[in-house]
Amino acid sequence: MEQFSYLAVLFFIFFTTLFLELILKARVWQKMKRLFLTVLPVLIAMTVWDWYAIKESHWFFDKDLTTGLILFGFLPIEEFLFFIFVPIAALLSFEAVRAIKKQSIPGENS
Amino acid sequence: MSYLQIAIIYIIFALLLDSIILKTYVLRLKVFWLSYSIVLFFQFLTNGILTGFLIVTYNPAVLLGSGNYTDTTPPLIGDGRLFYAPIEDVMFGFSMIVFTISLWVYWGRKGIQKEPISGPPPKWWPKGHWYGTK
Repeated sequence: MEQFSYLAVLFFIFFTTLFLELILKARVWQKMKRLFLTVLPVLIAMTVWDWYAIKESHWFFDKDLTTGLILFGFLPIEEFLFFIFVPIAALLSFEAVRAIKKQSIPGENS
Repeated sequence: MSYLQIAIIYIIFALLLDSIILKTYVLRLKVFWLSYSIVLFFQFLTNGILTGFLIVTYNPAVLLGSGNYTDTTPPLIGDGRLFYAPIEDVMFGFSMIVFTISLWVYWGRKGIQKEPISGPPPKWWPKGHWYGTK
């Protein structure tokens, strides 16, 4: 089971932020097109950094604490998912704070 | 390049994206800093797990800290570490969050799924001056 350690951290992030969508009405998961257009460039930018860091041995992933599933020949699937779920968690936090503060963004009124 | 050098490049790019490229100016928003402080708290928690349990380890040659912690628990605070993780990780996270919020606001202004806007929270959700709500 310990090979799911990193994945468990990502599931923790996913589940603990769900209430922001479901209860505080962050309305982030609901906007799939806007979410895709936002997360894809972030995913690409951060994957480039990860590619360089892995290639140059800046950081390492424990073989026993990760699944060992590698995408594109270098990227652990946990890193790929990290670059999706963490930006979504940040958006949920941002929109939930806006919801509570009833604050609109300049240029994006209503 | 060191971890810090790449982090500085990414931070500069994030600042340019927000101010000159997309003109979203999210760094001027109080809601950005409020939500970022929440994200930062959970970054310390989750990244502390990833680095404290050695799920992710680092090459000391590219870090500000000098100790080799590939086989042993890094310091909680000290030797370039903050809650077990390299302090450069804060810059990594910050650039990623600025990219994300800036792009999100940009697409909203372009009219892509701008509505329905977030909220309202349920009636039982506590109101309090600590987060600036009337």
